[in-house]
Amino acid sequence: MDESKKIATRQSYGEKLAELGENNEEIVVFDSDLSEATKTCIFAKKFPNRFFDMGIAEQDMISTAAGVATFGKIPFASTFAMFATGRAYDQIRNSVCYPNLNVKICASHSGVTVGEDGATHQMIEDIGLMRGLPNMRVMCTSDDIQTKWAVEEIAKLNGPVYLRLCRLATPVIYNENQKFEFGKAVQIGDGEDATIFATGVVVSEAIKAKEELEKMGINVRVIDIHTIKPIDKEIIIKCAKETKKLISIEDHSIIGGLGTAISEVLTEEYPAKLIRMGIKDTFGKSGKATELLEYYKLTATAIIEEVKKQ
Amino acid sequence: MKIKEIKELQGYANKIRKDVIEAVYNAKSGHPGGSLSIAEILAVLYFNQMNIDEKNPKARGRDRLVLSKGHTSPALYSALALRGFFEEDKIKSFRNIESILQGHPDMLKVPGVDCSTGSLGQGLSIANGMAIASKLDSEGVRVYCICGDGEIEEGQIWEAAMTSAHYKLDNLCLIIDNNNLQIDGKVTEVMNVYPIDEKFKSFGFETINVDGHNITELIQAFEQAKKIKGKPTAIIANTIKGKGVSFMENQAEWHGKAPNEEQYKKAMEELNNIK
Repeated sequence: MDESKKIATRQSYGEKLAELGENNEEIVVFDSDLSEATKTCIFAKKFPNRFFDMGIAEQDMISTAAGVATFGKIPFASTFAMFATGRAYDQIRNSVCYPNLNVKICASHSGVTVGEDGATHQMIEDIGLMRGLPNMRVMCTSDDIQTKWAVEEIAKLNGPVYLRLCRLATPVIYNENQKFEFGKAVQIGDGEDATIFATGVVVSEAIKAKEELEKMGINVRVIDIHTIKPIDKEIIIKCAKETKKLISIEDHSIIGGLGTAISEVLTEEYPAKLIRMGIKDTFGKSGKATELLEYYKLTATAIIEEVKKQ
Repeated sequence: MKIKEIKELQGYANKIRKDVIEAVYNAKSGHPGGSLSIAEILAVLYFNQMNIDEKNPKARGRDRLVLSKGHTSPALYSALALRGFFEEDKIKSFRNIESILQGHPDMLKVPGVDCSTGSLGQGLSIANGMAIASKLDSEGVRVYCICGDGEIEEGQIWEAAMTSAHYKLDNLCLIIDNNNLQIDGKVTEVMNVYPIDEKFKSFGFETINVDGHNITELIQAFEQAKKIKGKPTAIIANTIKGKGVSFMENQAEWHGKAPNEEQYKKAMEELNNIK
């Protein structure tokens, strides 16, 4: 992990999307007046004919993308996670998922790491909302390299995908040669004292915690779950068998998100206790992203405390 | 237009009405009122206007229809069956657990259905998407979208109306089935949407008012719409909810109710007597 090099996953998304547009003419991009923030502006500048700003009208954007998809195009629709999945939930359900249309919903500004804008803009229920939809696949990526891979991967998949992106710049975790597979989590380390399942913006915190704990003689592993649906059942069961403690961490509500998805697997396949770190049934608030991570106990320090608890 | 052809189209509209009653009676549920009001609109689109091929329902350059008021699916299913997309006897399986004919249209199940709809207010946006895609590929596809007058109370319709005009979707033709009634009563009393034509005009549409049960007027309107460049067209079709069945006409209670056996027989008798 390179802590000196920090990139927000929204930036990686925007860059990769513009790159994909060069070789794939079927890619059409939609935004709802937030292209500078979601970084679809990079694509827009390069391919103005295939970029459609829909104004501040997310419901219309999602259904329009669905219509475009019926012609065999590959629409990417972006806005903040709050407005994509909250405002346009019915449209995602009925216009996109029910007819299984090839729409990629790539939403930035998820979680409390939105920062200063506060609770109305900090979407912490989106994984839960999207995970419950038949035909929908859900991804939440942790760094620049993984996000760029994911954007290319979902362009190849046929059917609806929700990709959860972040505003906060976080360390680059992987090197260029890292191999990823859709639906397969990445295991970092093989410690047996605890497993830390993490997704998205907090994976780097989990890795930091792992490194600090090693110095204290506590060996943990980090499981970076980039694909939340379908979830990697195999690795969850394996870790439940091999490690003494299970912790999940996400910049999302503990209701409906990664922790819930893991609990569902454990309950049915290998009952074990899981400690869910995340937003505990409350709204976010204004503040610097890093302050909020501390406030909601989503930092390496908080993970270390949890691992060391008896 | 020859009188013979107009009579033929009227014949299809009457057949659609009989199928609607048949479908809803057999299912013991469904929405006859708004299905009966769009019979002529669908007859003209499917038998006079749309460039479609029942042998190749997914043909690339075909014209598209989005039935945004998806609850009036029995009328659409009838038009598609009459056009030969599937066997007519399927109509009787409407809403049955084994049937491809869902309560609301499912594009993955029914040949000829271009769009799944049901949750009101989404169809115009989807139709816009189709019109945009067609323009990107210069395919010359015309996209038709049928909305109810009550349906345009949905806010998304007005988001979509802005989009249709903003992106100059002259290959898009919206038809408003203006039958004046919605579930809770008169549109003017539940939530007034009037003046419909002025609203769409101010949003940048060309608007055409027609008698939605007059075949000639409908054909003329669709032909006029094809000639309009640089902006979308909205045809406001003035219709009668429940048209063709005396006791259903202009009665809000027949929005979503199936006839009993006696009512079914009376309705079919009336429709059979239409020359």
